[in-house]
Amino acid sequence: MVQKQFKVTAETGIHARPATMLVQAASKFDSEIHLEYKEKKVNLKSIMGVMSLGVGQGADITIIAEGSDEQDALNSLEETLKKEGLAE
Amino acid sequence: MSFLNGIAASSGIAIAKAYRLVEPDLSFDRKTVENAEQEVERFQSALAESKGELEVIRDNAHKELGADKAAIFDAHLLVLSDPELISPIEDKIKTDKVNAESALKETADMFITMFEQMDNEYMKERAADIRDVTKRVLSHLLGVQIANPSMIAEEVIIIAEDLTPSDTAQLNRQFVKGFTTDIGGRTSHSAIMARSMEIPAVVGTKESTKQIKNGDLVIVDGLKGLVHINPTPEAIAEYKEEHRKFEDQKAEWAKLVNEKSVTADGHHVELAANIGTPKDLKGVVENGGEGIGLYRTEFLYMGRDQLPTEEEQFESYKAVLEGMGGKPVVVRTLDIGGDKELPYLNLPKEMNPFLGFRAIRLCLEEQDMFRTQLRALLRASTYGNLKIMFPMIATLDEFRQGKAILEEEKQKLISEGSQVADNIEIGIMVEIPSTAVMAEQFAKEVDFFSVGTNDLIQYTMAADRMNERVSYLYQPYNPAILRLVKMVIDAAHKEGKWAGMCGEMAGDETAIPLLLGLGLDEFSMSATSILKARSQISHLNKKDMEALAEKALHMNTAEEVVQAVKEAAKL
Repeated sequence: MVQKQFKVTAETGIHARPATMLVQAASKFDSEIHLEYKEKKVNLKSIMGVMSLGVGQGADITIIAEGSDEQDALNSLEETLKKEGLAE
Repeated sequence: MSFLNGIAASSGIAIAKAYRLVEPDLSFDRKTVENAEQEVERFQSALAESKGELEVIRDNAHKELGADKAAIFDAHLLVLSDPELISPIEDKIKTDKVNAESALKETADMFITMFEQMDNEYMKERAADIRDVTKRVLSHLLGVQIANPSMIAEEVIIIAEDLTPSDTAQLNRQFVKGFTTDIGGRTSHSAIMARSMEIPAVVGTKESTKQIKNGDLVIVDGLKGLVHINPTPEAIAEYKEEHRKFEDQKAEWAKLVNEKSVTADGHHVELAANIGTPKDLKGVVENGGEGIGLYRTEFLYMGRDQLPTEEEQFESYKAVLEGMGGKPVVVRTLDIGGDKELPYLNLPKEMNPFLGFRAIRLCLEEQDMFRTQLRALLRASTYGNLKIMFPMIATLDEFRQGKAILEEEKQKLISEGSQVADNIEIGIMVEIPSTAVMAEQFAKEVDFFSVGTNDLIQYTMAADRMNERVSYLYQPYNPAILRLVKMVIDAAHKEGKWAGMCGEMAGDETAIPLLLGLGLDEFSMSATSILKARSQISHLNKKDMEALAEKALHMNTAEEVVQAVKEAAKL
């Protein structure tokens, strides 16, 4: 299992387009990937799960991946978050 | 062959097959199934078909409307691949042995309720997304066709109860030849949209969706307000002839595109256009607009989930100002509230939104939002002939406050080293009777007036323009309205200022002779009405129209006024 913490910098938080991009990126991997925010944990491959968290600007989030390609998955998600200016 | 009567909302004649944009019947019974595996497969194939359809819709939206609007369909596609939605449905089919329809509906409803109960407007709207995709999958399970306007690939006439902005955004303009709707009037969204798309429309037929089936041959007569269903060959031939005549007339009007708008006795007026986005500029130029009399900036704020940035606004304003190449452009500051909502502002619901917290009232309160818009406008001011107009001004104090904020932002920009034009005219929209009555006082401080007739009529007659049962009170030719308009024009002229009109009335052939007689300087209308208006004005005598207007002011009823105009202006 690998995990990493991020701080959300995007003004909109993780809504709409950013949420779509994260879920699309996560869905490419076989590992189980979860997003944790305020002690709630949702499946990062679930758009409804991610949206239901209501992650706003300044939030501390954790991404947890577990499975055969867990490190690749985490790296790829980190890249998406940074490239799109969503979190650091 | 039968026909329906309605309101002629956009002129022209269209003949094509009907395409119903109507909510389909998606009702079903909860049933137990013998073979759950087979039922899961049935569900999966409905899912696959729905995804295929959505991909086509997304790609079309991408081409027609841009990446922003297409993103919503990406989100819909993800919902259909969402393991948290799909697995519970499949489990339910297997364990409860129920049909796929029930499993889908019951599971989706759980999520819809969850999103609806969140106290964030944005989240609440996600419930609508889930409802939307659920409907699509249900339609495939039930073998019912749902309307997919963005997938239309042959010439059609759209049949709908009413058309919302999101419906019309999905329509492929190449194939949609006309509209007919059950409800609505000349100022409803569907009517305004049809005029900007330059396609004929008949609205308010009450029965279109009841009487017209998919594939029926339909004639939309946007000149007389008639809809013919499965017409005889003779009627078709007759209408083809009418259509040809209308096209000839349009060609005749088109010759006026570079002409000035002058009456038979040499009086010049300005014919300008109402626009909503920089995309509308093309129509303005093609129709010979002498300026923009109303740039509705609301569209920059609508159909998104956050406020537009100063930079985004600046780009739009600059594009319009440059596109008009030095011709006047009147930009109306944000007019939100009433029938135009912005979910992300989280404004409370009001009992009387048209009389509530809207337009300038909202802007003076939410100053950050207002200042951002003003800064974007001021920065764009050096790219053309900008005039700024505040909507819904009821008191002099509101105007003074708005102007003071504008002045502050201007000074800030200048001290920051930005270029700002120094001759920007600042005016107001006259929609509220108190402002018309006080026009003499206003005229000393504002640079211009523009009468917004849709609201002025609704407020003067105390008749909600969304309520069909009081639509008989929407009376542009009522002497009461004419007197208010006259007060505004006279007050402006007394102070050497100009008066325009940017409501529906300004492009109306019955109103134009009266407005000309009252001395209106600028007429701002749908771009597609400009050439016809220019042609009409060229045949009128200002002196005669002055006499007509003077008589009309002293008449008793709107009917008498219409009768007098018909005689004097030979309509």
